[in-house]
Amino acid sequence: MTSLDTFRSETRAWLEENCPESMRTPMPEREMPWGGRNASYPNPDTKVWMDRMAARGWTAPEWPAEYGGGGLSKEENKILQQELAAIKARPALTSFGLWMLGPALLEFASEEQKKKYLGEIIRGEIRWCQGYSEPGAGSDLAGLQTKAEDMGDHYLVNGQKVWTSYADNCDWIFCLVRTDTTVKHDGISFLLIDMDTDGVEARPIKLISGASPFCETFLTDVKVPKENLVGELNKGWTIAKRLLEHERSMISGMGMGAGAASMGGMEVVAKESFGTDGEKIAEPSIRNAIADHKMDQQAFGLTLKRASEEAKAGQGLGATASMFKLYGTELNKRRFELLLDVMGTQALGWEGDEAFDKRELAVTRSWLRSKGNSIEGGTSEVQLNVIAKRVLGLPDA
Amino acid sequence: MALVLTEEQTMLRDMAKQFFTEQVPVTNLRQLRDDKDQDGYDKQVWQQIVELGFSGILIPEEQGGTGFGPIGLGIVMQEAGRTLAASPLYSTAILSAGLILAAGSEQQKAALLPQIAGGELLMAVAIEEGPHHNPKQIAMTAEKDGDAYVLSGDKRFVIDGHIADKLIVVARTSGAAGDDKGLSMFVLDADTDGVEITRTHMVDSRNAANVRFDNVKLSADQALGGIDAALPELESVLDLGRACLAAEMLGGIEAVFDSTIEYLKERKQFGVIIGTFQALKHRAAEMFCEVEICQSVVLDALSALDERRNDVPRAASLAKARLGDSARLITNEGVQMFGGIGMTDAVDVGLYLKRARVQAQMLGDTNYHRARYADLGGY
Repeated sequence: MTSLDTFRSETRAWLEENCPESMRTPMPEREMPWGGRNASYPNPDTKVWMDRMAARGWTAPEWPAEYGGGGLSKEENKILQQELAAIKARPALTSFGLWMLGPALLEFASEEQKKKYLGEIIRGEIRWCQGYSEPGAGSDLAGLQTKAEDMGDHYLVNGQKVWTSYADNCDWIFCLVRTDTTVKHDGISFLLIDMDTDGVEARPIKLISGASPFCETFLTDVKVPKENLVGELNKGWTIAKRLLEHERSMISGMGMGAGAASMGGMEVVAKESFGTDGEKIAEPSIRNAIADHKMDQQAFGLTLKRASEEAKAGQGLGATASMFKLYGTELNKRRFELLLDVMGTQALGWEGDEAFDKRELAVTRSWLRSKGNSIEGGTSEVQLNVIAKRVLGLPDA
Repeated sequence: MALVLTEEQTMLRDMAKQFFTEQVPVTNLRQLRDDKDQDGYDKQVWQQIVELGFSGILIPEEQGGTGFGPIGLGIVMQEAGRTLAASPLYSTAILSAGLILAAGSEQQKAALLPQIAGGELLMAVAIEEGPHHNPKQIAMTAEKDGDAYVLSGDKRFVIDGHIADKLIVVARTSGAAGDDKGLSMFVLDADTDGVEITRTHMVDSRNAANVRFDNVKLSADQALGGIDAALPELESVLDLGRACLAAEMLGGIEAVFDSTIEYLKERKQFGVIIGTFQALKHRAAEMFCEVEICQSVVLDALSALDERRNDVPRAASLAKARLGDSARLITNEGVQMFGGIGMTDAVDVGLYLKRARVQAQMLGDTNYHRARYADLGGY
């Protein structure tokens, strides 16, 4: 038996013993394990599962063990993910700290910062949100104006952030702030701010879907200790770009699955909605549209797979994050548009339980939510600009 | 690893790329076209292709081939597609060799495969009867007459039909158009009595022919594979052909994409490089994504064949359908972005546009494969 075989059998045995039964069932949104200081656990198993996984560092399997991570190799992590998938285990921890901030800290933070923040993230103790966009700085992110003034022993921060995901439930915010007003990209720094500090206020924004997953966050005379600066002063844009790549990879994953999956797949829904002609969906234009969409989806999945195989073989595809963000989010939007065509008026309910069932109502809301996919994390147009410039080498105007 | 080339495959690609770029550039096709070449392919080039072992890629070593398999074949076709290289590779080394390997008797294999690998024998496969690919709808009959069969009817769009020494014909020995059962394949010399081959001149300046069969008598031992039972083997080889065509189309769109991007960096209007215009940048970036997607579906289809996976039909239809769409998009965008000069015969992009349209029809266009993909998905 190779060491990987041993790792697999040990992992399987450990998961069998430690993953609570209820953590092997589909996860309702309200049971998502975001962690944090104010986390509530409607299902207590969520916390048990999170703590057990965190104790092994397996909420962050590939992070170094010295910071509390799992210290696993890529191959070992792949095995862990396969074994988790095999028992349909829920994620032990969902967190912007894990997906976005942590990888950036590993690359850019000081030793003290890594020791403090990575452990908190791994254990799900601190819930992070992202303070990037501002009312006047969306696609033109580097135009941000939130100011951090050097007051000797601390920074004094003033400004407004927007689209801060779940800020009203978060503990800390990682922020891009302006530390030099005379230059654009080279006047930005990366600052970590405790949201309990005086002067921080988050207000939820109501979206077209009716939900409020985003906030506007106001920063008024907020005093931030100087040791909360990550990387060098005025070098925050480099960190910001790297972190955006992590965010884009995360969002592009939304292009796969979900949506009609809860109803057994788009073709199953279409057969119910339009009837069948033999095995075929009775409405040919819908059948064609579904086949087109499924082909696009399969092709996209294959491209993700190819990129990961190429990365392992040491042949980088380059600027893939932008391509996947662009393609994945546009695909996701198209899927919901098609699903609405397939479901007709049954996908147009807003509330109530008489005319529409829960899954139908969820489709309506998800369709509306999907519109944001190609805006958040850099619009599709920004991704096209990035590809044109960095991959194709087309000149700036 | 299915979607990354091995070292051996990378070497083959580099070799093929160098060969087609240096020895068979697009000017080779222009020359054949402008000279109204009788054969429509360059015999010297074919000899070199044979010497490089490309004609025997599918054929096992013991029968004179190199046994490099479907991925190797796809790699060569992709590079040939980049320079629009005209050769009998597709008709002889892919479809005919594929059918003989899949359905042939030991005797047929021993007689034909070494000759194909050695480049001495050119073959063509006669399938189509109407303007759209649809093998199940084959109606041409091969009627049993004692121990023999009599072929009557017309075949169209027989690629390389007029240069072939031998033909493989798919005809109906029972049943009616649309039936799964009842199709049979036969091998015959192109100069058999009653066979009339007429070259057709296509928009891509490549080779195709119409073939008329007028009471052509065949002996039972000319059957390739079982009587009435050709469809499964035929489809499996057509899937190989589809994946290889998709690979050839990929080479074509890569060439158009590369040259279009270069042009965007050179051409000036309004005093600036046109590649600075966002209206063009975004379309260029979208094309880039399409090319990447196409590379994935082609490699997956070839890998599926290589690994004999059970989803070969789905992977082949995905590749052929996707490449049909993308080739249409990218060749049209190429012409548009080159502007007026893109409309001229002097620039290659128009040749790629024309070739892409013919390739799209070969072995089923996007509509055909979309419907097949849905059928295979059970909806």
